[in-house]
Amino acid sequence: MSRGSRRKQAVQRGLYWALLLLPLPVAVYTIGLGRYEIPPGDVAQALYDYAVSSHDPAFEPDIEYNLVTRIRLPRIAAAMLIGTSLAVTGAAFQGIFRNPLVDSNILGVTSGAGFGAALMLLLNAGMVYVQMSAFFFGLLAVMLAFLVSRLYYSAPMLVLTLVGILVGSFFGSLTSLLKYVADPLDTLPAITYWLLGGLTGVTRSDIPALLVVTLSGMVFMWMVRWRLNVLSLGDGEAQALGLNPTRIRLLIIVVSTFMTAMAVSVGGVIGWVGLVIPHAARTLVGPDHQRLIPVSMAMGAVFLLLIDTMSRTLWASEVPLGVFTGIVGVPLLLVILRVNKTGWQ
Amino acid sequence: MAVVLQAEALGYAYQPGQPVLRDVSLSVAPNAIVFLLGHNGCGKTTLLEILGGIRAPQAGRVLFNGSDIRRIPAHKRAQRVGMVPQMHSPVFAYTVRQVVLMGRTPYLGLFGTPGRQDYDIADEALEQVGLGALRDRPYTDLSGGERQLTLVARGLAQQTDVLLLDEPTAHLDPHNQRSVLETVAELSENRVSFVISSHNPNSALLYAHHVIVMKTGRIVAAGSPSDVLTEDTLSTSYDMPVEVIYSEDRIARAIVPRRNGWRADKTAVKQEQV
Repeated sequence: MSRGSRRKQAVQRGLYWALLLLPLPVAVYTIGLGRYEIPPGDVAQALYDYAVSSHDPAFEPDIEYNLVTRIRLPRIAAAMLIGTSLAVTGAAFQGIFRNPLVDSNILGVTSGAGFGAALMLLLNAGMVYVQMSAFFFGLLAVMLAFLVSRLYYSAPMLVLTLVGILVGSFFGSLTSLLKYVADPLDTLPAITYWLLGGLTGVTRSDIPALLVVTLSGMVFMWMVRWRLNVLSLGDGEAQALGLNPTRIRLLIIVVSTFMTAMAVSVGGVIGWVGLVIPHAARTLVGPDHQRLIPVSMAMGAVFLLLIDTMSRTLWASEVPLGVFTGIVGVPLLLVILRVNKTGWQ
Repeated sequence: MAVVLQAEALGYAYQPGQPVLRDVSLSVAPNAIVFLLGHNGCGKTTLLEILGGIRAPQAGRVLFNGSDIRRIPAHKRAQRVGMVPQMHSPVFAYTVRQVVLMGRTPYLGLFGTPGRQDYDIADEALEQVGLGALRDRPYTDLSGGERQLTLVARGLAQQTDVLLLDEPTAHLDPHNQRSVLETVAELSENRVSFVISSHNPNSALLYAHHVIVMKTGRIVAAGSPSDVLTEDTLSTSYDMPVEVIYSEDRIARAIVPRRNGWRADKTAVKQEQV
């Protein structure tokens, strides 16, 4: 091997690890940002106390400690977990659908979740019910897409994609219907704001479920990262290489759907992360899912964290998250597609 | 005679009543190069998929070393029988090395990733087909011949006993056609048996140990190249007049189609008129 290619590999490995570790410093820095600014050193101290000293009965929490751990940490954790989920499921879906223009939305999970949330908001139910309903209808939409696609025989993946888009549109129309009948002074704004996405209402109690689903999903995606390479060659070749593409793909879709439904039920409809981040990651570390999957997770976390920080600090009143991801994500994607020479053809 | 792969009375139809394979039986000896010839749509690709165990026959069965290939677990089967597909363009721009490395998948366990040994095997396979220098290039940037050789290298990295090649020389220039087939010939010396579907009877003439000619889902002739590659058999199976040109010692050297009303001296006459 030539010295040049060895150096290139060392640079690539360095970039890979830098990207994987990036979420940590970004998190510590952004926790400090806000109406009440805290220097990164104090944030680190508060986080250290949270992990270690707080178990000591003599520990006296100060205002920084309370602000960091009670107010900002849940929100920052939610932003990172949701960003990770949306990005890694986007990367996985692009691999299994062999299509760089899809994300985990393609089977209707987000539209279903949006309808579920709108339904509960219309009934003035509490946030817990809104989340549960969003989660449930997200899963229901994908299940529906699967069952309906079984009625057709030709080109299963193509039919599934088509039916997924149709089911998504169907739930979108149902949501519009709910908005139409909603009270314009009360429930309509609530539904509209929820559909725009945002982490304003995130509290500590939202984190455990989100954390469990996201972490298990991440472990699963990590384990199938090599198989995603093989699946992206197409079913015939995956079979010839000894895989059962139908079964693995189904598993990946189920796990992705759980992750996405969970993310949407907490954060509302947040678009573009699942499309932009895998492309950005592919530009930086190449298409090999062994690196693409972990890097998509890390970059998704960083991206949504930065977007959420912007949405809560730039102006006095918060800008909805789902609006910002599009405003930042679309130009970013355009730049990536221009720069990218080796991502996809 | 030892047999690695054996097909017994295979039948297959994509649509009921329109069989693409009818009563196809064949056997592949160790280290043999078997050529499958026949017109478009005669069932060659379907036959290869059934031989490779990735498509279940509707009638008959395929035996690998005596056991039904559909009963062998998928990853075990893929360690013994490999398929090299027709040239394709993947959606993502994997490097040449990554594509070859995918041939190691059957050995990786449920959630494994390739280790150092797998990388070494992949690199060795690339050297064997002469693509070592292109290792880190995106596969999608390669020429058709280089892509085909990459896929052959992937088949080698799979370290199977049998490799099934689906039209490996289609779209290739003469130089690349030759380098693919020379690589095949070299490898068959070692341990690998090949079944190759092709539209080029001349390749069969040069490289085959055994030739099978198909027509509308049936085997119409099978045997050694000198027995099968005759004007009669080829003319019947391709539905067109074919001429076999022999050397002075009666060895077949080339197979060419006959043109309507063509005479050997015709071009000469034209030349004189000009």
